[in-house]
Amino acid sequence: MSSRDNILAKIRQNKPEEVALPAVTTFASNFENTEDKFREMLSLIYTEVIVVKNLEELAQKAEELYGKVVNRATTIPALSAWADFSLNVSDPHELETVEIAIVQAEFGVAENGAVWVSDQYLPHRVLPFITQNLAFVIPRNALVDNMHEAYVRLQDTLGWGCFIAGPSKTADIEQSLVIGAHGARSMVIFLLEGE
Amino acid sequence: MSKTVMEHADASEVFNRDEPYVNWHDETLWFVRQKRDKSSKQLPEWEQLREAASGIKHYVLSHLDELLISFEQKAKENGVQVHWAANAAEHNEIVLGLLKKHKIDKMVKSKSMLTEECHMNEFLQKNGIEVIDTDLGERIVQLRNEPPSHIVLPAIHLKKKDIGDLFHEHLGTDAGATDPQYLTEAARQHLRDKFLTRRAALTGVNFAVAETGSFVVSTNEGNADMGAHLADIHIACMGFEKIIPKQEHLGVFLRLLARSATGQPITTYSSHFKKPREGQEMHIVIVDNGRSTQLGRKDFRNSLKCIRCGACMNTCPVYRRSGGHSYHNAVAGPIGSILAPNLDMTKNADLPFASTLCGSCSNVCPVKIDIHDQLYKWRQVLAKEGYVPKSKEIGIRAMSTVLAAPRFYQWSGRLGRTVMRAMPFMVNNALNPWYKQRDMPEPPKESFRDWYVRNRKN
Repeated sequence: MSSRDNILAKIRQNKPEEVALPAVTTFASNFENTEDKFREMLSLIYTEVIVVKNLEELAQKAEELYGKVVNRATTIPALSAWADFSLNVSDPHELETVEIAIVQAEFGVAENGAVWVSDQYLPHRVLPFITQNLAFVIPRNALVDNMHEAYVRLQDTLGWGCFIAGPSKTADIEQSLVIGAHGARSMVIFLLEGE
Repeated sequence: MSKTVMEHADASEVFNRDEPYVNWHDETLWFVRQKRDKSSKQLPEWEQLREAASGIKHYVLSHLDELLISFEQKAKENGVQVHWAANAAEHNEIVLGLLKKHKIDKMVKSKSMLTEECHMNEFLQKNGIEVIDTDLGERIVQLRNEPPSHIVLPAIHLKKKDIGDLFHEHLGTDAGATDPQYLTEAARQHLRDKFLTRRAALTGVNFAVAETGSFVVSTNEGNADMGAHLADIHIACMGFEKIIPKQEHLGVFLRLLARSATGQPITTYSSHFKKPREGQEMHIVIVDNGRSTQLGRKDFRNSLKCIRCGACMNTCPVYRRSGGHSYHNAVAGPIGSILAPNLDMTKNADLPFASTLCGSCSNVCPVKIDIHDQLYKWRQVLAKEGYVPKSKEIGIRAMSTVLAAPRFYQWSGRLGRTVMRAMPFMVNNALNPWYKQRDMPEPPKESFRDWYVRNRKN
């Protein structure tokens, strides 16, 4: 018998009596103001939230914040002329010099400041990790209260997706918080109005 | 782990020789526990979430076979290759086989307690494979040739000076430098080079979803993703209890995991892997290694609900004052002490005794495992099956003789109090294990019984 069949046979023999799934596994958060909560949680993890009225204002803000940086990459068509680093590479290792990536993402979660990004929005999965600095753009109305709502919204992942909450960090040296472990050293979230 | 293993009590004694250090260790972990408290109290539904998580995991234990089969089928449909390993040796051989097939001799790894349990790094190194741990804490202990001392905070037993010295030696940082920011930056540069040059990446699995065939890996540093998205081959290793039925259940577990572990509302990255990226190979190794045996132990099967948050360690008065290495097991602390005897009763018979049975572990456990009850039950199993050390057995026998005879008990108490008053050196000496790192209490003048008998007459 293969290990697979052995393991399954032993599980069948040893598993406890059948129980049903719990009736309640989702809860509502009912925040007074979802966007305020989202902002509050992100400020705790060193992330700035900036509301922009339209794509022109986004371009203007991007220039203000990152205009002097070399190796700017983006997935936002309206910023493609501004970016000086093309994501049209075949090998993701070539992204190692990206300094700032401004990336479209799907929605945000107020209770923890996480943003959902997936294959659908990225030409390369490694982009939000390998870039030195990261900015997400999400529609201002694309915020949910908590993770239960997030999974209702996220019926399925395509091939890969990730909740990202703030810049990369570690506290492995005497519990001192250091921002910028292996992933992005800084994070900004643009909430885009309209749409 | 071929070195002579010290029993928990002996190792703790060594750990306790440096009092300021032990106090620092104790306070550091208690601080993490307090962050957990603060964070959990932000959610009015916290207790219901724990209840839901425990209930889902109970369902999982009673449907494990079906869920694993469904997971395997979906994963295969997603283009992921699934392997099954009955034990640590088979797991290690599978990983080695995959690397050999691709002619790869260097691999990056993100945190996986399962590979610690299987002693995979040692095995691969013996077979000519270099494994670089990429979690900062794990890289630190790897450079020191030590195992992690905590499942979430692998280097929590080290002071920044230890790490500064280590990095000076291995990474060429300035001598005497101890600034965490500076040291972390050095590790970032050092490991970025590894991420960019390694063709294989191994990650652990926090949750595997039966419904979709996908799995979730949580990190704060981003090391799992850096490794996996750059490598030609991604190997994810999981104990079979990591399975959960549906994607929506991740809502429950991701809300509990980081809050319980470090007090964060969520880890920085919660990465959902479903299909390999174009041109990449993705493998999942599903490991038993004693879990199916534990599943059959009615009193202990709940230990398989564990989501590895480490909350039980941070709160444990014994863990905080004895350190993770004293437990001589991949998973230390209260949860490790109920998992380890299942793997090897002879080697781990001391661990269920490394507890005061105060119950704090059970109170903080996000999936409501009855940890302290299981510690108590393991003691009985181990004693019955003859694994308890002689010295302990003699003590327990003497105790049961005294407690079974009321008159003898009264006499012994009186004798004890007299001796402690008149000849304190009889108990305040190195032969009395209760005197180690503690002062003995002031003996009361009389027992409660004597007091009661005297006062009832008035």
